[in-house]
Amino acid sequence: MMEPGLYHILFISTALFFTGVLGFLTRRNLITMLMSIELILNSVNLNFIAFNKYIWPGRMDGLFFTLFIIAIAAAEAAVAIAIIINLYRSSQSIDVNNAEDLKY
Amino acid sequence: MNELLTLMKSELVLTGIIFLLLFIKIGKGMKNETLLPLVQVLLLVNFIFGFVLNKEGRLFGDMFYTTSLIAFQKNILNLGVYLISLLCTDWLKKTPHLPEFFLLLLSALLGMFFMISSANLLIFYLSLELASIPVAAMANFDLDKKRSAEGAMKMILSSAFSSGILLFGISLVYGSTGTISLPEIAGRLDGSTLQVLAFIFFFAAFAFKLSIVPFHLWTADVYEGSPIATTAFLSVISKGSVAFIFMTMLYRVFQPLLDTWYPMLVILSIATMVIGNLFALRQQNIKRFLAFSSIAQVGFILVAVSSNDHMGSTAVIYFVLVYIFSNLAAFGVASVIAEQTGKERIDDFKGFYKTNPFLSWILALALFSLAGVPPTAGFFGKLFLLTAGGARAAYWFITVAALNMIISLYYYLRVVRAMFMDKNDTPIEPLKISAPVRLGMIICGAGIILTGLLSWIYDYIHSL
Repeated sequence: MMEPGLYHILFISTALFFTGVLGFLTRRNLITMLMSIELILNSVNLNFIAFNKYIWPGRMDGLFFTLFIIAIAAAEAAVAIAIIINLYRSSQSIDVNNAEDLKY
Repeated sequence: MNELLTLMKSELVLTGIIFLLLFIKIGKGMKNETLLPLVQVLLLVNFIFGFVLNKEGRLFGDMFYTTSLIAFQKNILNLGVYLISLLCTDWLKKTPHLPEFFLLLLSALLGMFFMISSANLLIFYLSLELASIPVAAMANFDLDKKRSAEGAMKMILSSAFSSGILLFGISLVYGSTGTISLPEIAGRLDGSTLQVLAFIFFFAAFAFKLSIVPFHLWTADVYEGSPIATTAFLSVISKGSVAFIFMTMLYRVFQPLLDTWYPMLVILSIATMVIGNLFALRQQNIKRFLAFSSIAQVGFILVAVSSNDHMGSTAVIYFVLVYIFSNLAAFGVASVIAEQTGKERIDDFKGFYKTNPFLSWILALALFSLAGVPPTAGFFGKLFLLTAGGARAAYWFITVAALNMIISLYYYLRVVRAMFMDKNDTPIEPLKISAPVRLGMIICGAGIILTGLLSWIYDYIHSL
């Protein structure tokens, strides 16, 4: 059985990143768009941990960065969901296509 | 300990104000009429205090550093926040959650201070988030308006997306250099393909924050939907701080990749100027109009950033100072009109000079300064930007920028013509201008004229 190496993890994290970007750009539901952003952030976490473990094991920089990203992602999601709830109150929908008062 | 107090002086004073507001909020509370003057005085003290006791040094194991130039940049932002608190008095008095608004605003400002001072990618990322998440909440401050919620939604989603892109870039930088300390990164960049890719991600995230053209689409919507105090904060303070740190990043950290970022800057700068100008031509709403004009102004800032020398950074800082005066004056007048009549369309401004000469003159002065007409400071700002951009002898680039200034003259003067020359049977009635707003406008007007005429201001920035 082969031990997973750096390239395997980088492949997964890059795939995850672009899945997130694709989801963010194509989905019309606000909650799904937020989930796509979480995918992007988690791919970054994988990247940091993989680089820290395989290439730069001396210092813990990558690990600390990951912890902070998780905390900030939670804060961001909290504000985003509060705004989405407020939008839902006024337009009864969380679909992006219904939020089109501001254009051009 | 003593070093901690002096080096982090601006941050600590700001934190003190934030805590004071928090205690007022959770304590008995205060009426807006008494709280607002208190906040204005505190912000003025904060601004004046920014001039004294400035020292240079590093803290926290080289994660935080400050120089006299950085102290000056922070103080420019302080001045802008003080002017916003004066100019938007009408709106601020009416808002039911005044302490929260200033808590969010000052937290964002604190984030910008840490961002400008950061010497480590972790601190940079944390402070960037601190500078952008509260602004999204501020954009939603007209709680019962759908447009406000929509603008805030666009703001938080695009800023979260852009910080995701930024983080991916940072992770690649970390992977290829093994450190997150900015000075160490600068020593270890060698221009490998992975680093160029990382830099492109990095650049895209900055382009989102600065609304450089392919990434500018959120700007106009957020500006139009948000309350006008938030719009002013976003367009001036937020843009200015990101421009400062962008410059530091390019000059200090990504200097080894100069051959990569110079052509990117040139292309994006031209695209930003042209598209910002063309869209500004067809706007009818004054806030959207100012949004697109601010996109075009960022294009001009990039002209100077591309120079890659000391003169470029001086020109950008000087231009941001001038831009704060001119743009805030324009937003101040728009705020007074929108608060008292609810009108935001440029057509409504017809015949405005007949009824409100003071406001018309301030707005005209601000627009002349934004367009870069000679007696105002905006002319000198643009002059220094283009001169700095000429340092690398890309004269066709400077020519394109100059041609764009001519286009911008058309749409700025369109508003002036509507105010002064067009006839209107039902012009806006004479508006009441409260004392703080008048004071703010006079400071802005004096700033627009004097910053250009007093040459020692430019020399002072250059000497820092």
